[in-house]
Amino acid sequence: MADPDTPAIELREVYRDFRRPRTSLREAPPVVRAVRDVSLTVGRGERFGIVGESGSGKSTLLRLICGLDRPTSGEVLVEGRSVGDQPHRRLGWLRERLQLVFQDPMSSLDPRMRVRDIVAEPLVAQGIGGDHTRRVRELLERVGLDPEAADRYPHQFSGGQRQRISVARALAPDPDILVADEPVSALDVSVRAQVLNLVDEVVEGLDLTLVFVSHDLSVVRHVCDRIAVMQAGEVVEVGETEQLFAEPQHAYTRSLLAAIPDLHAALAGRTAQDLARGASPDAPD
Amino acid sequence: MSAPAPEFDRGNARHGDDSRGRKRGMPGDRTVLAVEGLDVGTRHTPLLHDVTFSLHRGERVGLIGESGSGKSLTALAVMGLLGEGLRAGGDVRLSGRTAATRNLLDVGEREMARLRGDAMSMVFQEPMTALNPTMRVGAQVAEVMRIHGTQSTTGARRRVVELLDQVGLPDPAHLARSYPHELSGGQRQRVVLAIALANDPALLICDEPTTALDVTVQATVLDLVVRGVEERDAAMLFITHDLAVVATVCERVLVMYGGRIVEAGPVAEVFGDPRHRYTQGLIAASDLVGEGGRRGRAALPTIPGTVPAAGRFPDGCVFRSRCDHANDLCASLPPWTPRGEHPAGDRAYGFACHHPAGERPSHSTSPAGALAEGSTVEMEQHRG
Repeated sequence: MADPDTPAIELREVYRDFRRPRTSLREAPPVVRAVRDVSLTVGRGERFGIVGESGSGKSTLLRLICGLDRPTSGEVLVEGRSVGDQPHRRLGWLRERLQLVFQDPMSSLDPRMRVRDIVAEPLVAQGIGGDHTRRVRELLERVGLDPEAADRYPHQFSGGQRQRISVARALAPDPDILVADEPVSALDVSVRAQVLNLVDEVVEGLDLTLVFVSHDLSVVRHVCDRIAVMQAGEVVEVGETEQLFAEPQHAYTRSLLAAIPDLHAALAGRTAQDLARGASPDAPD
Repeated sequence: MSAPAPEFDRGNARHGDDSRGRKRGMPGDRTVLAVEGLDVGTRHTPLLHDVTFSLHRGERVGLIGESGSGKSLTALAVMGLLGEGLRAGGDVRLSGRTAATRNLLDVGEREMARLRGDAMSMVFQEPMTALNPTMRVGAQVAEVMRIHGTQSTTGARRRVVELLDQVGLPDPAHLARSYPHELSGGQRQRVVLAIALANDPALLICDEPTTALDVTVQATVLDLVVRGVEERDAAMLFITHDLAVVATVCERVLVMYGGRIVEAGPVAEVFGDPRHRYTQGLIAASDLVGEGGRRGRAALPTIPGTVPAAGRFPDGCVFRSRCDHANDLCASLPPWTPRGEHPAGDRAYGFACHHPAGERPSHSTSPAGALAEGSTVEMEQHRG
């Protein structure tokens, strides 16, 4: 374990540019700046949320944090160790410390593997030999699944149960950091609540640092302590959850907040027109 | 081509508003769509049971429920777009341009095609698949007017620009010449909406029109949908799983589970004081914030289990396999209990639950009230 004072995740002036296909022989190909000048610190044990609309760069940022992509410039540090400039084969330590839960529970589990192999895969990938049966049982129980589920295939489970399997797999190497990329946006409301409760419980119970990415502000508000709002590759605002919701500083954050349909506000008489007026940032308040 | 059936012969009537009004059903009857006892199923698996509701002109009604509850199937049955192998029974009547003299379920495909996109139209969830990728969007909007003969080729071209302008697209004349892939998701959904509204339908069905969109885009599209429907005094059936969206857009709501409508009523009453245990669970599970601020980090209330697969719903009350209040009584089908008077009839405001939440239904002298009274007594016997 590294020094407990070093932050779990630190980003220093991170940029990520993507080159578009060349459109002219003479001109340089156009460049898309997916992430620009992002500096963030996520403390240990913190629940950090990243919100933004599609195309805002939140997924690119997540890939950078997880070492699945390299920044064009800037530094990405996880527990004080550099991630951005390492080749994949030297990131084994990162896979032990940091694990991911993906959005789509249908495509993130291999349909031809049994649940026990799926859950044990991170252990096998790290070269930990031996029999993982007990660990798999323990993990499945931890996420609220019947240990008998180990012998079945992913297609035999519902969306919510598959997301539980994803969480069990992420917990297998006993990580310190859990990164969740839109883990509930493909789920129904009643199941969404179950999965959010599970995430909450494992983060609390195992003392994990959580990075939670979502486009749904109300979900992030429920889960996270601190939130970064992204727009067009930039982090436009970072703040404590309640403060950000109470007094949004940036115009974009305000329009984002104004556009969320809310049950209580709607019953109190907020119409679609009010939502639309709040959503366009140039409209007068 | 044989001559069109008289029921669907609009003739010149549509161009004069007066004659159109007179042609539409009985005077004072503002019902646009009446669905009565709609059952849909495959040969072995029943999927929808006894779905009954009606929509009035100018009314916006939400249809909510989780995936697999039968929302989209209801819409497809009304539109006559059920897949092969699915059979529909019951009675569906539409009074758009003409009076509701025929059951749409008995009408042939050629006549249904005449109605679709004209008297009734639909906005689908995924705007990319709803548009033809090889056609310019302007041509696609014009097509629906050309096919239904509402506009001449030149008239349609002019109308396209107007319609695209109405749905808030910038520079509509130029945009009409672009292809769907050149547009963003929100812009595409606006084009789909323009197509749906092109012939001033009497009924607009929206099937999760904003689920694939970002929140700020969703807000503008919802506003456009509401405005478009209001301007035409059309009826709207709005399908979604997002309760907050329904509360924002609709006046009345139908709650569906396991292929049945389990609760219905005005939005404020159903969401503020739900009776059916499923509605209650759905509202509790989706409310992440809590009234007037934060719920805190307490565990969210959930509905145990998951939605069963089609055909695996229990007999009797469809929700009893997931309901905390279920007992032996729930093995029998709970009767529809009206909660009060509603202009759209008994089925527009009530619930079907043996152990309803909330206080007992209010006393009333109407037969509806008496029925509610009866079921309350029954409920209390089983509690005691």
